[in-house]
Amino acid sequence: MGHFTPENLAKAKNTISVYPQARSALIPLCHLAQSQDGYLSEEAMVEIAELVGVSPAEVRGTASFYDMLHTEPVGKHLVSICTNIACMLAGAYELLEHATESLGVHSGQTTSDGEITLEEVECIAACDRAPCVSVNHRFFLDVDPDTFDQLMTDLRSGKHSSEVPSHGTLSRVERSLGLAVPREQVAEERAAADKARAERKAKAEAAGADKK
Amino acid sequence: MTVTQAPKIVTSRMGYDDSHTLERYLATGGYEALKKALSMNPEAVHDEVTASNLLGRGGAGFEAGRKWSMLRPNPVRYLVVNGDESEPATFKDRELIERDPHQLVEGVLIAAYSLQVTQAFIYIRGEFALGIERVTQAVNEAYSHGACGNNIFGSGFSVDLVVHPGAGAYICGEETALIESLEGKRGFPRIKPPFFPAAIGLYGEPTIVNNVETMSNLPWIVLNGGEAFAALGEGRSTGTRIFALSGHVNQPGTYEVEMAKPTFRDIIFDPSLGGGVRLGRDVKAFIPGGVSAPWFGPEHLDLRLDQDEVGKAGSMLGSGSIVVMDSATCPVRAAWRIARFFKRESCGQCTPCREGSGWVDKTMRRIEEGAGREEDLDLLLDICDNIAPGLTWPPAQTTICVLGPSIPSSVVWAIRMFRDEFLVHIKDGACPYA
Repeated sequence: MGHFTPENLAKAKNTISVYPQARSALIPLCHLAQSQDGYLSEEAMVEIAELVGVSPAEVRGTASFYDMLHTEPVGKHLVSICTNIACMLAGAYELLEHATESLGVHSGQTTSDGEITLEEVECIAACDRAPCVSVNHRFFLDVDPDTFDQLMTDLRSGKHSSEVPSHGTLSRVERSLGLAVPREQVAEERAAADKARAERKAKAEAAGADKK
Repeated sequence: MTVTQAPKIVTSRMGYDDSHTLERYLATGGYEALKKALSMNPEAVHDEVTASNLLGRGGAGFEAGRKWSMLRPNPVRYLVVNGDESEPATFKDRELIERDPHQLVEGVLIAAYSLQVTQAFIYIRGEFALGIERVTQAVNEAYSHGACGNNIFGSGFSVDLVVHPGAGAYICGEETALIESLEGKRGFPRIKPPFFPAAIGLYGEPTIVNNVETMSNLPWIVLNGGEAFAALGEGRSTGTRIFALSGHVNQPGTYEVEMAKPTFRDIIFDPSLGGGVRLGRDVKAFIPGGVSAPWFGPEHLDLRLDQDEVGKAGSMLGSGSIVVMDSATCPVRAAWRIARFFKRESCGQCTPCREGSGWVDKTMRRIEEGAGREEDLDLLLDICDNIAPGLTWPPAQTTICVLGPSIPSSVVWAIRMFRDEFLVHIKDGACPYA
């Protein structure tokens, strides 16, 4: 326990507080853990499980469904090359081949200096500027082999550090306040909904009993 | 050419570098529509949306006003905005999210008021990091501007907005999978019936799920009236729509045009739009509405961008994304790449989709790589017929959601249109375009 830093633990609790059910915060907390550690560690999953009230296996089971959640460490820069239809038509496979050769790693692998993890991804929605690449989910567009090599050099030298945050950082803007609708109003609505639900259930059961 | 000078309804601020800021938004009429909506009663706002005949812009094209009237009466209801834009070649919601986040937020607030929900969620695809930052910023600003939160603009109506990030899964664009994901689970679609969101949605409560572009139209509709919106376009295809044009055109991009007026030929060739095919080549085939849509050939270029006209011709406008393939395109490779996408993104719940997508991917790949057999074409058609029996459009469904029935759209139509090219791959043992 205590895997999140005190600051991130406070953020996690704030995030949970904006959802009607804590489990909804599961994916946002996975992103938070990735922003802290660069990947989703076993320890983080255990703590997230405790915070949202599920088992660690449920956190892992959920996280493993999503491409952006990495349960193994990745490089400092996650370089994603789209090869879906629009990028393919613009030469994305040739770009991927070039990247594989110039970096010396295949999709899913990390360079030996730990700087770059290469991955081939599905459409990332910048099809008018194909082929497109994202680095830690920040877009670089109209990329050809030459600009790709330049980009890798610039990433290694830290030239893009202002626009490309470290891997796992999703949003550099955070919610500035909690929920504002008066809690009594929400509680009243909740109670009325629960009552209506119980009534529907009782009615359905009575109808079922009649049939028997 | 029938490219009309219709007003820009959702892209009016795109010319400004600071289009995403509250200052620009307020300077260009921002949040006036919300104030007007709050002065009306919620049903009257709903009536304007119904009168506009705004068709949902996510892909299915269902009337937004009609969807709203299906919301089951209940003390707790939710509004969820689908910003999980992941259909390959679709990139219009990303522009709206990144470049006019306040317009989206205002649309959501108007819908929340009309539907009388006290909490709404904006689910944004995880890969849209900048978009998540921009919308989070816009929501923060809307709260401090008094447009969101407790007693908005002194109207007595209160609502909370929460921005929720996805984490990379195409299937979460399907509304019931999106709800599962928002509940903190794997994005497994729910079976309908009974899980129509308007009846049993988020946390089991009635929920409306609407697309980003659909929401972004609401401020204009409230300010100008549903009738004015319905006066644009023709028939059921009213208003304007953003078309995302990509592939082998000279000027790929997003273009907001009046619905049902321009044709595919217009949007691909007009100098103010697509500007023609690269290197002056011919159109070999094009996809009219995202990769789930059956392909069209040059004979379909004169169809209008009208939901029903395209539907009758055997495909769909879907997510509004048009992919142009020129005469130098290998149709086997293009169809294989789309098949591979569905294989990667199948959630795995239903056998026809989970197994079928893998079979189609492998068989298509071996044809493209020159190891195909002549009987592979019948095999592909047979697999696809097991996924969507009859291979018609719209497809029959054997699965929980429509991802499965979308698998045949590229493969089967490519075989129908370019059987001779498939056979060349098989006979020559190689791709002639490689």
